[in-house]
Amino acid sequence: MIKKASEMQQENSTTEEQKQERVASRPLVATLILFAGVAALFFGLGASISLGAANIDFKTVWEGIFQFNPDLTSHQIIQELRLPRALAASLVGACLAVSGAIMQGMTRNPLASPSIMGITAGSAFMVAIAFAYFPGTSHVGLMIWSFAGAGIAACIVFAIGILSKGGLTPVKLALAGTAVGALLSSFSSAIAIHYDVAQDISFWYAGGVAGVKWVSIQLLLPIAAFGLIMAFTIARSITVLSLGDDVAKGLGQRTAHVKVLGIIVVLLLTGAAVSVAGTVGFIGLVIPHITRFLVGMDYRWIIPCSSILGALILVLADLGARMINPPFETPVGAITAMIGVPFFLYLARRERRGL
Amino acid sequence: MESVKHINKRAVASMGILALLIVLSFFISLNMGYIRIAPIDVIKVFIGAGTEENQLVLFDFRLPRMVIALLIGAGLAVSGAILQGVAQNGLADPGILGINAGAGLAVVLFIFFVQGTSSGLGMLSIFVMPLAALAGGMLAASLIYALAWKKGVTPVRLILVGIGINAAFGAALIIFQLKMNPRDFMQATIWLSGSIWATNWKFVVAMLPWIIILIPYTFYKARYLNVLSLGDHTAVGLGAAVEKERRILLLTAVALAGSCVAMGGGIAFLGLVAPHLARRIVGPKHEMLLPSTALMGALLLLVSDTIARNILSPSEIPVGLVVSALGAPYFIYLLIKTN
Repeated sequence: MIKKASEMQQENSTTEEQKQERVASRPLVATLILFAGVAALFFGLGASISLGAANIDFKTVWEGIFQFNPDLTSHQIIQELRLPRALAASLVGACLAVSGAIMQGMTRNPLASPSIMGITAGSAFMVAIAFAYFPGTSHVGLMIWSFAGAGIAACIVFAIGILSKGGLTPVKLALAGTAVGALLSSFSSAIAIHYDVAQDISFWYAGGVAGVKWVSIQLLLPIAAFGLIMAFTIARSITVLSLGDDVAKGLGQRTAHVKVLGIIVVLLLTGAAVSVAGTVGFIGLVIPHITRFLVGMDYRWIIPCSSILGALILVLADLGARMINPPFETPVGAITAMIGVPFFLYLARRERRGL
Repeated sequence: MESVKHINKRAVASMGILALLIVLSFFISLNMGYIRIAPIDVIKVFIGAGTEENQLVLFDFRLPRMVIALLIGAGLAVSGAILQGVAQNGLADPGILGINAGAGLAVVLFIFFVQGTSSGLGMLSIFVMPLAALAGGMLAASLIYALAWKKGVTPVRLILVGIGINAAFGAALIIFQLKMNPRDFMQATIWLSGSIWATNWKFVVAMLPWIIILIPYTFYKARYLNVLSLGDHTAVGLGAAVEKERRILLLTAVALAGSCVAMGGGIAFLGLVAPHLARRIVGPKHEMLLPSTALMGALLLLVSDTIARNILSPSEIPVGLVVSALGAPYFIYLLIKTN
């Protein structure tokens, strides 16, 4: 009976077979991904620092990082431009992938992604205000505006969830997020069109990690680190929650606590990522699906693996953004889509129920 | 039985109220605009005794636009209701079938390549742009259906492939949009936000057949939607030709949304919110849900367009923004209030 009731509740169509598939996890594959992924990530970071308008060989990269000599131009490029950019790409990728994984685990909806919480829209709203009413705001200033916007949007969505009669159900949260997102983005579009700053804003959002300075990293790192650690600690509870509210409650979980924690993590990670890199779509949506396909349904594996894969993909995509059409930057979100879409489609077609 | 009858009565009553609201907002909307026309003058124009200027404003500008708004609103809303039923997902809307993204990319490409090169195309582009949008939307939708096809199409696979294709189109769109000059960029942005610029009886005539054929056809298919939204297993068990019905319904939804997007641009949120609002009022059975969704969508878009025309008069804001700004708070209110 309980099973039936829980099936009735969920909006997406989960069949019996899918339920059984959910339980399976593949620790061996996951461990392999973690090790190979970290190795690939280091290689990717190295490549990202070494390649660009001026190519720098790996030896100089090593020296530039560990035996910094301020008199050498190449060392200065590494320290001031390439290193912060590569680090920001990996952090942002990890943040987006993990918050997407948590969103999908909590809401049990394959459509859920960080943007559905209204966070991206909130950030865009505040950035639009900054562009329209406070022209000349510095890059770091925009970051702070953006983070504030993300926080405000998440608080509104969360408040709606708490205030509503039925309590904080995943479906309700997703719907509230979509509604708040639509509301805020309509405001920001109106502001952008009325004050003729739409293109400036688009450039800022499509900019990716191109202009990142050390000061941005200093702001990003503590928030991202805190959020990621929190995500790893609640991973087990997310796995239980992903079996459905009724099952989770039946297993003795205080689902409300887990959801509050999960939402805070999503807010921190997405807010930090959006304020540094703008809207890098697709990573938060697709990496969790890919990871789930590879390692199974256990979020203790999904969350660390998706953080590595997210970081790796964004570092590579950022490298591509510089290399495709130099000296122009291609929007990094377009690159992530180009890498991700074919693979995503392949998975969606190939796997009957793994996604 | 008693309760079923009761619900039906309530549903019919709610639809009556919705229809009344539409008529009311129609007359208010007729009065409002850059040139205000008093109600008495509106009546005078209708009985043929109005001034020539008023007649021009009402018949050549305001009326066609309002009719278009009603048609687009009903079309998008019904399309959303079909998709939510077929996909068995409350978050589905016409956007999930790639219609907005496909049409958006087609329009951006059109502005980027064709309009940017020659200014003499002005008149022509008014008529070519909707066709481009329709073609783009249809292309994206058929791409999604083809890629989701594997001895049939399951709702989950359809949604997933939809996500993928939408992301791809969105990426291509932003690449081209960022390369545009500021004037084209603004035009594309306004189009993508949703804006009824088709203020011409020719567009009404072009749009009308889609709506008056497809929407009643959807009503006729209502019971299949009831069965499909119960899930594939149940639907097969109840003897429905699931795959065939799903394909027909999806095609209907795409045709409806495609024609609407061609005329009104990327009006987001209407296809998502109107079915939800209607469902709260009349319940989940599609026989009642589809007509009230159509009325709800038409009402929402008419009111939104009236506001979009007037709030910053003489300049206009894209109607899609007003739809979101109006629809979202009410939607949130419903979310809070109901279980």
